[in-house]
Amino acid sequence: MTDSKYFTTTKKGEIFELKAELNSDKKEKKKEAVKKVIASMTVGKDVSALFPDVVNCMQTDNLELKKLVYLYLMNYAKSQPDMAIMAVNTFVKDCEDLNPLIRALAVRTMGCIRVDKITEYLCEPLRKCLKDEDPYVRKTAAVCVAKLHDINAQLVEDQGFLDTLKDLISDSNPMVVANAVAALSEIAESHPNSNLLDLNPQTINKLLTALNECTEWGQIFILDCLASYLPRDDRESQSICERVTPRLSHANSAVVLSAVKVLMKFMEMLPKDLDYYGTLLKKLAPPLVTLLSAEPELQYVALRNINLIVQKRPEILKHEMKVFFVKYNDPIYVKLEKLDIMIRLASQANIAQVLAELKEYATEVDVDFVRKAVRAIGRCAIKVEQSAERCVSTLLDLIQTKVNYVVQEAIVVIKDIFRKYPNKYESVIATLCENLDSLDEPEARAAMIWIVGEYAERIDNADELLESFLEGFHDESTQVQLQLLTAIVKLFLKKPTETQELVQQVLSLATQDSDNPDLRDRGYIYWRLLSTDPVAAKEVVLAEKPLISEETDLIEPTLLEELICHIGTLASVYHKPPSAFVEGSRGVQHKRLPPRAGSGESTESPDVGQSGPSEAPPAVIPSQGDLLGDLLNLDLAPPTATVPSVQPSMQMGAMDLLGGGLDSLLGGDIGGSPSMGAGLGAAPAAMPASLGGAPAVGGGLGDLFDLGGGVGMPTGSYVAPKTVWLLAMKAKGLEISGTFARRGGIIQMDLSLTNKAMSVMTDFAIQFNRNSFGLAPAGPLQVLTPLSPNQTIDVSLPLSTSGPVMKMEPLNNLQVAVKNNIDVFYFSCQYPLSLLFVEDGKMDRQVFLATWKDIPNDNEAQFQIKDIHLNSDVASNKLQGSNIFTIAKRTVEGQDMLYQSVKLTNGIWVLAEMRIQTGNPNYTWMCWRRPHVRECVSQNDSPVIS
Amino acid sequence: MIGGLFIYNHKGEVLISRVYRDDIGRNAVDAFRVNVIHARQQVRSPVTNIARTSFFHVKRSNIWLAAVTKQNVNAAMVFEFLYKMCDVMTAYFGKISEENIKNNFVLIYELLDEILDFGYPQNSETGALKTFITQQGIKGQHQTKEEQSQITSQVTGQIGWRREGIKYRRNELFLDVLESVNLLMSPQGQVLSAHVSGRVVMKSYLSGMPECKFGMNDKIVIDKQGKGGTTDEPGKSELGGSGKQSIAIDDCTFHQCVRLSKFDSERSISFIPPDGEYELMRYRTTKDIILPFRVIPLVREVGRTKLEVKVVIKSNFKPSLLAQKIEVRIPTPLNTSGVQVICMKGKAKYKASENAIVWKIKRMAGMKESQISAEIELLPTNDKKKWARPPISMNFEVPFAPSGLKVRYLKVFESKLNYSDHDVIKWVRYIGRSGIYETRC
Repeated sequence: MTDSKYFTTTKKGEIFELKAELNSDKKEKKKEAVKKVIASMTVGKDVSALFPDVVNCMQTDNLELKKLVYLYLMNYAKSQPDMAIMAVNTFVKDCEDLNPLIRALAVRTMGCIRVDKITEYLCEPLRKCLKDEDPYVRKTAAVCVAKLHDINAQLVEDQGFLDTLKDLISDSNPMVVANAVAALSEIAESHPNSNLLDLNPQTINKLLTALNECTEWGQIFILDCLASYLPRDDRESQSICERVTPRLSHANSAVVLSAVKVLMKFMEMLPKDLDYYGTLLKKLAPPLVTLLSAEPELQYVALRNINLIVQKRPEILKHEMKVFFVKYNDPIYVKLEKLDIMIRLASQANIAQVLAELKEYATEVDVDFVRKAVRAIGRCAIKVEQSAERCVSTLLDLIQTKVNYVVQEAIVVIKDIFRKYPNKYESVIATLCENLDSLDEPEARAAMIWIVGEYAERIDNADELLESFLEGFHDESTQVQLQLLTAIVKLFLKKPTETQELVQQVLSLATQDSDNPDLRDRGYIYWRLLSTDPVAAKEVVLAEKPLISEETDLIEPTLLEELICHIGTLASVYHKPPSAFVEGSRGVQHKRLPPRAGSGESTESPDVGQSGPSEAPPAVIPSQGDLLGDLLNLDLAPPTATVPSVQPSMQMGAMDLLGGGLDSLLGGDIGGSPSMGAGLGAAPAAMPASLGGAPAVGGGLGDLFDLGGGVGMPTGSYVAPKTVWLLAMKAKGLEISGTFARRGGIIQMDLSLTNKAMSVMTDFAIQFNRNSFGLAPAGPLQVLTPLSPNQTIDVSLPLSTSGPVMKMEPLNNLQVAVKNNIDVFYFSCQYPLSLLFVEDGKMDRQVFLATWKDIPNDNEAQFQIKDIHLNSDVASNKLQGSNIFTIAKRTVEGQDMLYQSVKLTNGIWVLAEMRIQTGNPNYTWMCWRRPHVRECVSQNDSPVIS
Repeated sequence: MIGGLFIYNHKGEVLISRVYRDDIGRNAVDAFRVNVIHARQQVRSPVTNIARTSFFHVKRSNIWLAAVTKQNVNAAMVFEFLYKMCDVMTAYFGKISEENIKNNFVLIYELLDEILDFGYPQNSETGALKTFITQQGIKGQHQTKEEQSQITSQVTGQIGWRREGIKYRRNELFLDVLESVNLLMSPQGQVLSAHVSGRVVMKSYLSGMPECKFGMNDKIVIDKQGKGGTTDEPGKSELGGSGKQSIAIDDCTFHQCVRLSKFDSERSISFIPPDGEYELMRYRTTKDIILPFRVIPLVREVGRTKLEVKVVIKSNFKPSLLAQKIEVRIPTPLNTSGVQVICMKGKAKYKASENAIVWKIKRMAGMKESQISAEIELLPTNDKKKWARPPISMNFEVPFAPSGLKVRYLKVFESKLNYSDHDVIKWVRYIGRSGIYETRC
């Protein structure tokens, strides 16, 4: 056994030699040659030139040689499709062999050869093998169907292989069942709406029986498949759980995690007062803890999952803090994850232990780990009030170590502690100030500056301290610059007499010498505030700050729900939905937890609707919350950051639209909003009040925010701010921005045309491409005077809905052509669907009721709209302004349910239920009717509400 | 599912490359080499995402095994599979090394073809694989039809881990209870965390398809029997006589031969064992652990250039038992220039390369105590950061189970063959080893 020699042949002319050897008469020599070929292939050499010679060796009695030739074929068949046909005969013959191992080998290999012509020949042998008497052949054939589907999905359907595959679920052999399940699950992923798996209580029963008998891997396939089943009621759910729990004692961690996934999912359906529910909770903890004694890589996977489970059901592991203590020799990735979970589990009961541990970790070697440990101490202080004092003193001890990054990290968290417990720990400020010079990271510098500004009245030399930072103002990062600006303004408001010069200096630095628009804008706002009304300025700048939350780095609930459905998989490791890292159609489908048992709890599990890929409507105005937050100097984000787990929700795909996208839409709605503070959570009412009291300021802000006539226009249809549709550089100097509005039943397109070219523009005309709702201009584009350079003209174009119809992607996409004397320009824009809601969209109550019942379940979608502080009546009024009519209202357990109807211009009705929980700023919006319409409806409606 | 599987040597050269899915190209092989193997830094995660492709890797000595995928695979399964792959390779050709992999590359390809189909793991029990993947290719042709169908039914069957028709002249079985006791203790002697993770390893040389039943002093079972009024099970139910009657097991997992549903409902452990050696169960306990040693550290900093360390170890078990292979590892600062050690027993040495004083004692009886003192000279440094003081760790081996677990019985039934439970020769052995046994100082 010295096969390693094959790896060392690198001389020239090798291919020729090999060719000769392959065609040798001696069997041994042939085999040697094939081995050499495979070795070369492994190290990445191109040996495709030997294709015919290798294929010639295929006809052999030697199984080992045959397998080697097959291996070669799988690699190169695609590059030599014509010659690959030569192999077909052997395959077909082998599929008839007496030896089942050879039959299986042939069908297995054939499926891996991705050449169209071969797949044709594959069908017949495959059909036979699927019904082979030997289970080994059947289990191989089952996987082969998935392979074939990957190459040619249509062929698989046409040949009826899917039905045969379904039949295999009832096979007598457990491994055949398991592989059939795996193949079907994979095929079903690329047909999200097909009822391919067709899980019903009977098939589930078969799967559960096979579960007890098949290999560990088979158990994983079956459990993963079970997890996608939705039991019909809590009884069924419980009986499945009962049959799955024994898997928790399996030696294979993947079996355990998949079982945990099934249980976590089905538990949702069990009533909480059920005894079994409690038993199940207790049963889940020990296996999760046991996973931590697995190999480090698996521990990592387990910990990432436990992180999710702890967020979803903290009660499961609340007594298991100790097992997450970090061991000195744990790999760093295990250490960091354990630390994360420790913070989540920290409570009054165990805080002493946790703190002692964290202090220990803060002296370790790995910088990331130490930083995280220091940060964790701060989190504990914020989370458990009783421990705050101890945490602060621990942090002070750490600052005394003078280790640079420890000190900086400590200062960042102390700032948060000050936020949480104002006027309690200011005695430590002196110690902090001693370390001013050693801070070189922006976050720490900004935190320190915030502290100085916030407590300027208690720090005697606050002005000196801030002045020292001001010297290198332009070298600082934006974060520090913004903070410094705010801090000095605060200082000025607190000690106006001594600091006038300083504030002048910083304002001019920010407004005149800076290129950063954020900084400049903030500088201007402060400047105007201070010059027009210092009292208002005080109210704005020194306003009480909203509380910071105790739990941090929490995964956004809808994402968490989805990730729970993906326990054990990569999604749960990355803490991202599969759509964020999987290409193509696979896995883009969003999974959701079953609805919670009991009616009153339904808001606990806001489901993510299936929403197709579509772009967020252009939102250029930054969220209102952010702007106001900035003014109130909240931009030092309350404890978040560090952990990448929060960001994924913002990444891509449909998730974002419902998560981040909606929020920013809501925030972006500035015009016509009566409750400007809405986006701010518990923001002070001072802002709107001072707006009213100080018209000058109001005007100023109005300029900045482009409020226009918005303030004081509480009702009426929502009009989005104009956005730029056509850039001047792309249209020879013509810039077009615009928006849509519905005024008195007429749809209008409001356009601003700007001439940024050097010559005059004339002869404007407009045309629309065919679109989903048949929008078309009802008249010509009225630009009467020629547009001279640098001139802007506003035009309103009435639209009709009688134009030609064509389905667009996204649905509300509109392609527009604009012509002038220079050229024709094309752009596309998206209109809010609310534009199409007609005035007579109020459905009769009876009709509504009847229609409601008839709606099939899969036409249903659910969305959450966040941070809206309106009660149901106000909301309903506002919605009516946009032609969303409330038909009925009922109140169930503190939740207002509004039933609404909308009619579109093309006569499609959309029915919706809106749940509003008093005190909960989140709305749950469910709507029904046409699947593709509802996506757009949901996106577009949210701005209408606030 | 798994899209491809690569094996590299420490330099990042490919030893084995098998692609299962069309979405994985040859460039994936290079991506992993460049981004992970050649990165030459501490591994920050065993899962790496490079250009929308996910790489799972494990390392065995200096060999890298990487599984690659572009889909949302079951991550736990991929790692379990990689471990299993290592087990299978070890069972076939011993240690996983570059030499062995190159020498067996044809075999490895054959195995990979068998145990992973289109990226789905298939039966990977070595017992079954060895019946038909033999590297003697011609064998297949000379098998009878019965032999062939026996192979296939075993590979796909309910008892995939055992073949029929095994015969032994002498029916014999060995049970090893192997425990590793883990401890983290504060300098003041407070137990911060302690647990035992144990394994029951069985070597069975039994004829036919024997039905086995395993019993131990599991608190839940004993309590249940106590209530039921039945006294001990008949047969071999002698308790070791030392200490507790029963122990509380936090959690246990079993080899796939154990009928889990039966354990779940009756808490009885019944199975048909694989032939030869395998791990029957793993368990974990945290309550009433016997900590075989106590380490009492005393570290004193004398000025900036000297440390005085005194460590006492006390053995805490029956005086008649002997602990072996005792090793205490006392970390020293990086700027140590010289060390003087005095110990009462065994040998102690300062190992500069490991930054530690290593104190070894061959044997030590129970209820004894021993001591070491050392003076550590330090070089003056400008490093502001204080020495992190890693914990003092300890290794040992004791001839009992620190969890208190006792095997009560292992009954064997084979109805078709003419041997009974009494004819089987059974051996039980207990070994307690240190896991991570650390005392902070």
